[in-house]
Amino acid sequence: MIEVNNLHKSFGDVEVLKGISTSFDKGKTNLIIGQSGSGKTVFLKCLLGLFEYEEGTISYDGKIFSQLTEDEKRNIRAEIGMVFQGSALFDSMTIAENVMFPLQMFTKQSKSEMEDRVDFVLKRVNLPEAHNKMPSEASGGMQKRVAIARAIVNNPKYLFCDEPNSGLDPKTAIVIDNLIQEITDEYQITTVINSHDMNSVMEIGEKIVFLRHGLKAWEGSNKTIFKTDNEVVTDFVYSSNLFKKVRKMYIEENE
Amino acid sequence: MKQLILKDIDDLIIGSLGIVAFISFFVGGVVTIQTALNIDNPLIPKYLVGFATRQSIILEFAPTFMSIIMAGKVGSFITSSIGTMRVTEQIDALEVMGINSLNYLVFPKFISMMLYPFVISIAMFLGILGGMAACVYGGFSTLEDYIVGIQNDFETFHVVYAFIKTFVFAFVLATIPSFHGFYMKGGALEVGKASTTSFVWTSVVIIILNYFLTQMLLS
Repeated sequence: MIEVNNLHKSFGDVEVLKGISTSFDKGKTNLIIGQSGSGKTVFLKCLLGLFEYEEGTISYDGKIFSQLTEDEKRNIRAEIGMVFQGSALFDSMTIAENVMFPLQMFTKQSKSEMEDRVDFVLKRVNLPEAHNKMPSEASGGMQKRVAIARAIVNNPKYLFCDEPNSGLDPKTAIVIDNLIQEITDEYQITTVINSHDMNSVMEIGEKIVFLRHGLKAWEGSNKTIFKTDNEVVTDFVYSSNLFKKVRKMYIEENE
Repeated sequence: MKQLILKDIDDLIIGSLGIVAFISFFVGGVVTIQTALNIDNPLIPKYLVGFATRQSIILEFAPTFMSIIMAGKVGSFITSSIGTMRVTEQIDALEVMGINSLNYLVFPKFISMMLYPFVISIAMFLGILGGMAACVYGGFSTLEDYIVGIQNDFETFHVVYAFIKTFVFAFVLATIPSFHGFYMKGGALEVGKASTTSFVWTSVVIIILNYFLTQMLLS
């Protein structure tokens, strides 16, 4: 479980995060949503320790990150898997080498043990024969799956995904969503996803945090988001006619 | 780390040998031709062509001007490869994993550039060889005169001076381009701009250091 308390982050005079408090539950897919410029990416980068923040605390299973020693921080980081928006695969390595990289950095496994683990996770993301391809030879959907494989190869306790569906066709996006949710359930990971994709919100948003102007404007789930009266949330989530109709049908069915 | 160092040796050192050999051989030839054509006094001995070629190649051409060329070849490669990693979030990926990305990316390049004097010694050898070919086949002097010239009044310290400069320039070639790549901001266009800026600054620093090192070591 990840708990965030009163998080403030500024860039110069511009305050991007204005005191966010929330929590992300273990074994659930937690979504951070909001308009562009609402502070989602900054929030995610604060959670990952890529940005220093001025005020507030972030704790991983009760351990407040900013109060940890460098070794303890390194141990926490070894338990984090991250899927970047552009996949961020290392260009100079094959797909198998990319996936093996966290094992080489954080474990003392033998080469054959690492190869077995890489085989296992590549099969898990449905890429059993992609070992020797270079990232540039893989499609966008394949690259995302490799990024997921790299993120989970070291059995992380926390999985972060920055817009995992961006640039993917709707069918592949659903495959990626389902894969993330299955992995979250299977390994009881605390998964935090930064997303714009309303399909993801409806499908896998077991917990949803809505950010607006650097503040938490709403918190709920894909069940409660249909019923909310919060105008800011409904304006954003049901901005398309399709989702307005879906919501109307859902409310009618449940009345 | 060992694999990264070997890869960088392949990219930065081995990968530069072809262009270094090509440029050195032909520039050595041009230096010889220019020197020979400018000697029209019959009292000046013919072996001076070899002597002048050797001095030009060892003292300046191989260590300094080859380093300027390497600022374009190796420096741009370092800046663009690290810059692309920055733009495509590969550096963020390293940092999320708790890896010291600066050390991970720059240290292997720094170590592999310690083999740079090997490249420069090849440039020296091929420059003098190119001069010899141009001199003999161009009919400017005999092979014996040229060989006498390159052996004449040889000072070992000149080679030491050249290699001191080479080590300093190797440090510059590894660090300035890495700095520009690592701390760049923006997208693909900025990677190109960072490569250009890195080439300009690396060249400027090499020229200035060349001046001060020459002043300190030779005067």
